[in-house]
Amino acid sequence: MDLNTVTEIVTPKNRAALPALAAGDAVLAGGTWLFSEPQPAVTRLVDLSALGWDELEATESGLRIGATCTIATLAAFDPPASWPAARLILPCCRALLGSFKIWNMATAGGNFCMALPAGPMAALFTALDAQCVIFPPAGERRLAAADFILGPQKTALAPGELLRAIKIPATALRRRTAFRQISLNPLGRSGALLIGTLAEDFALTVTAATRHPIRLKFPAVPDAAALAHRLAEAIGPQDYYDDVHGQPAWRRHVTHILAEEIRRELAT
Amino acid sequence: MNFTLNGVAIKTAARPGQCLRTLLREQNAFGVKKGCDAGDCGACTVHVDGVPVHSCIFPAFRAAGRKITTIEGLAQPGALHPMQEKFLAAQGFQCGFCTAGMIMTAAALNQAQLTELPVAMKGNLCRCTGYRAISDAILGRAETQQPTPGAACGANVAAPAGPALVTGQARFTFDLAIDGLLHLKILRSPHAHARILRIDKTAALAVPGVVAVLTHEDSPAPKFSTARHQNPDDDRADTVVLDRVMRFAGQRAAAVVAQTEAAAEAACEKLLIDYEILDAVLTPEAALRDHAPLVHTHAERNVAATVLGNVGDAPAAFAAADFVYEGVFNAQRVQHAHLETHGAVGWLEPNGALTLRSSTQTPFLTRDALATLFALPREQVRVLCGRVGGGFGGKQEMLTEDIVALAVLQTGRPVKYEMTRAEQFSATTTRHAMQIRVKLGAKHDGTLTAIELEILSDTGAYANHAAGVLYHACNESIAIYRCKNKKVFARAVHTHTLPAGAFRGYGLSQTIFAVESAIDELARLAGLDPFAIRRKNMILPGDPMVSLDEHPHDVEYGSYGLDQCLDLVEQAIAANAAPTPPGWAAGWGMAMALIDTIPPRGHFSDVTIRLTPTGDFELAVGTAEFGNGTTTAHLQIAATALSARPQNIRITQADTALLAHDTGAYGSTGIVVAGLATERAARALAAKILSAAAARAGVTPADCTLRDGFVQAAHVKIPLASLAPLTADGHAAGSPRSVAFNVQAFLAAVNQSTGEVRILRSLHAADAGRVINPMQCRGQVEGGVAQALGAALYERVVCNGDGAVANGTFRDYHIPAMADVPRTEVFFADTYDRLGPAGAKSMSESPYNPVAPALANAIRAATNTRLHATPFAPDLIFEQLSQNKP
Repeated sequence: MDLNTVTEIVTPKNRAALPALAAGDAVLAGGTWLFSEPQPAVTRLVDLSALGWDELEATESGLRIGATCTIATLAAFDPPASWPAARLILPCCRALLGSFKIWNMATAGGNFCMALPAGPMAALFTALDAQCVIFPPAGERRLAAADFILGPQKTALAPGELLRAIKIPATALRRRTAFRQISLNPLGRSGALLIGTLAEDFALTVTAATRHPIRLKFPAVPDAAALAHRLAEAIGPQDYYDDVHGQPAWRRHVTHILAEEIRRELAT
Repeated sequence: MNFTLNGVAIKTAARPGQCLRTLLREQNAFGVKKGCDAGDCGACTVHVDGVPVHSCIFPAFRAAGRKITTIEGLAQPGALHPMQEKFLAAQGFQCGFCTAGMIMTAAALNQAQLTELPVAMKGNLCRCTGYRAISDAILGRAETQQPTPGAACGANVAAPAGPALVTGQARFTFDLAIDGLLHLKILRSPHAHARILRIDKTAALAVPGVVAVLTHEDSPAPKFSTARHQNPDDDRADTVVLDRVMRFAGQRAAAVVAQTEAAAEAACEKLLIDYEILDAVLTPEAALRDHAPLVHTHAERNVAATVLGNVGDAPAAFAAADFVYEGVFNAQRVQHAHLETHGAVGWLEPNGALTLRSSTQTPFLTRDALATLFALPREQVRVLCGRVGGGFGGKQEMLTEDIVALAVLQTGRPVKYEMTRAEQFSATTTRHAMQIRVKLGAKHDGTLTAIELEILSDTGAYANHAAGVLYHACNESIAIYRCKNKKVFARAVHTHTLPAGAFRGYGLSQTIFAVESAIDELARLAGLDPFAIRRKNMILPGDPMVSLDEHPHDVEYGSYGLDQCLDLVEQAIAANAAPTPPGWAAGWGMAMALIDTIPPRGHFSDVTIRLTPTGDFELAVGTAEFGNGTTTAHLQIAATALSARPQNIRITQADTALLAHDTGAYGSTGIVVAGLATERAARALAAKILSAAAARAGVTPADCTLRDGFVQAAHVKIPLASLAPLTADGHAAGSPRSVAFNVQAFLAAVNQSTGEVRILRSLHAADAGRVINPMQCRGQVEGGVAQALGAALYERVVCNGDGAVANGTFRDYHIPAMADVPRTEVFFADTYDRLGPAGAKSMSESPYNPVAPALANAIRAATNTRLHATPFAPDLIFEQLSQNKP
């Protein structure tokens, strides 16, 4: 929709040209969320599209995803056979409520920074032990993706900080994985999206059902009772998200079901 | 900024926060539609450098240097794009508002995406078709037929608007450019109940570009109802254009008229309103408590309407019954969700006449209401429709025209008001939420002996359609059963929430959910299958149709096909099994529905048809086209009566300047009333043509036969053109009325762990009389089933603690997408109605009505769980299902 309060767009060509972010500024990546809701407080758009932050680079150390890499580019990534966990990318992209046309505009970093519980990039990055590359006004800092989202639409980015890239380590990409997603309607917004990964250890990432991604680690694949116990212990009733895409009691219920399905799949 | 639009270089400036959709529409690319304005519906899909995107969320400035293709540029010179051809061949549209976006998306799909169409099309919403015709189009199936002259009825004639729709040339309400157009925006109440103490307009008026600020001080005094009915007194006059008292969060508080939408929005932000906040009632239960705050102070209680019915002696019959079933059912508020929002564009003609181009189902009634409200002579007010982007009852309401008229009259300038999608959700109308207690009594053999209904309907803040919906809800839902004892106690209650209004089914979808669910339980008590108990108790031709009393009425058995509908569905169930997914439970359920073909209390239509000097015909009808397909049906009816081809008839419609009167396109009357007027006009013209030809040839009319383009007068061929001009009128008065029937069955699979429901088979039989256009009528059924599945499975308008709508976007209010809708097998009863035009009956709203109970009954069969409330969303039903899990 038209953001009629916006009076200025700046499109920095490099990091040095990035303006200091102030009240009234909004960072524009793909724009698919920003232009989808009224933004009465926004007067200036800081357009990231000319910074060249849209790389998708596979190296021996892993996969580096520039913050403005589109979902379409990411979804088209053809992973090497040695990275079975990269096969999570496509189902995570498909878990996005938006269709392939949204993929053409929306960015991986934008989806992550939105910090919506159902945002599938959060599931992908958390489950695969990704590191966030964050640009404060000067310098650079790293943060585990699992620590990036604090709550619905709340991230660990300090004012003035930008997400520059996400790095998924090759070790994580070599793991076995299992993916489960459920929504109130077929192809709908995720009510729960869970990913299990297995190397020597087993990890379960719970997203969409909860207010922020939750990662549970186990030294090995647990038995059903141990998994259920851990889920109940680690995720309290208040941690389950409540909105029109699923009531908390249901999200908790299906989280346990999907977690058990993942456990069984990776236990064999 | 430079870019290429459909091959043409454009140099223009984009506003900083502008989206591409607005920029393209400013370039008169009106095929790019504003549906959701939020990236959810896909109606604005365009290609940027060949890549499909939603232009409503694409920043306009990023178009610089790009090649933009819209629907207007998809065709090559002289040849439509293959996807446009396919949408024509399969008629993959109804109202057509989503069509351009559908085609632009489908044209960009690769082979892999075509194999997974529901995934590829999940970003495109259609509220009309139920997606079958769209899937057919994309996959290349063809449906249309060229009828032979005089035999148009019964053929799959293509809609005349098709070529304009698939090329983006069809002009909907807002698809026009007007010099000097002003824009109106509305500031709405944040409070459920409040009184405006003071409005400070100073800062708002100081915003550059602001022309006027309208408040309650500018409002004309007369009260009106937003509901439109033939008799304006059917609905209590309780609304003014701008009120001092706010009765729901979302009600108009003030309006700004400005040179740009941006200025109007900015000025709304600067309006300062002091409210005295008052106690509010947000639920019917709260509204009925003693000393509850009153929504309207003219009454002592918050009761907008009461319906009482008493036939026979129900209490005695219950006492004597062998089986009694009683249950309480709840049907929720749902939104119409037509893709074109409400809105109107108004201006003054040079002669001073107030003219409104509106997205309405009732141009004539709205014209009358405006004339009354503003004390103008009727001939000084004109209301017309462009193509209307869906209605479903929502546009049987005057929700925008009054304030646009006020703004036009105050400023003397053209004014446009187009509701945002958020306003569509929070400030229009919904289906009435109803709590329904139904009690049934029967003998051992399953013979019904008593029916009792008690209804509490939430009509919201205003009384529009409160009484009408309540009466209708209590009528056909129980009249379908032959039963000597019937008792009804129904109330519509005011709450401080957005008003409920007319919605497809007009109350029946709620009560039929309750009654047909209860009949299913009664069948179990009596040990009968669901078809048998219905056959035992359903009305048969000759049976009195009784609901509230035994007074005479004007509903007749013009035809009867309920028996056939039941047979067709039962046979189809037996014909084909579907495998149940492992881990899921499956079961069949069915339900049936009756609808009177025309609303009661008068429904009138005038039609004029003219033979022109070219030998063609010009047909002027009052009824509006909003996806109901009546335009095509009218051409078929007229072509049949005139032995002509539909393409030789030019139709104009829905304009008060054309004709004396048309009550409007609601209650599924586009064919049965307006079509009857067309049939009468066409037959009258045919008689005039024959008389003229007979006189010319010196023979009697009996010696003359009307043929395609000429009259065979004995041995002489007289070209029609030589007999022109001739004109004839037709009139229909909506009485007597007939009855139409629908039967729906589902095979549903239920995951008792997660609460998910999947439909394995969907069967629907309709008794539409003679089906004038099987393809279109099938589409009405498919669309009705799909819309009803939305209400049965997903949709609910959620209000927050202040009574304001909390889920006012399509991503939070999920309407069915292609992935949600099964392919429904549609069957038609073979009947011919003696009252309807060409034997036809109504078939637009009624397919909606039996869907929710059929699905509930299927879930009951699958899981042994009786669901009492829609929607059957996994998170709302999983606990009940888990309790009965084997």
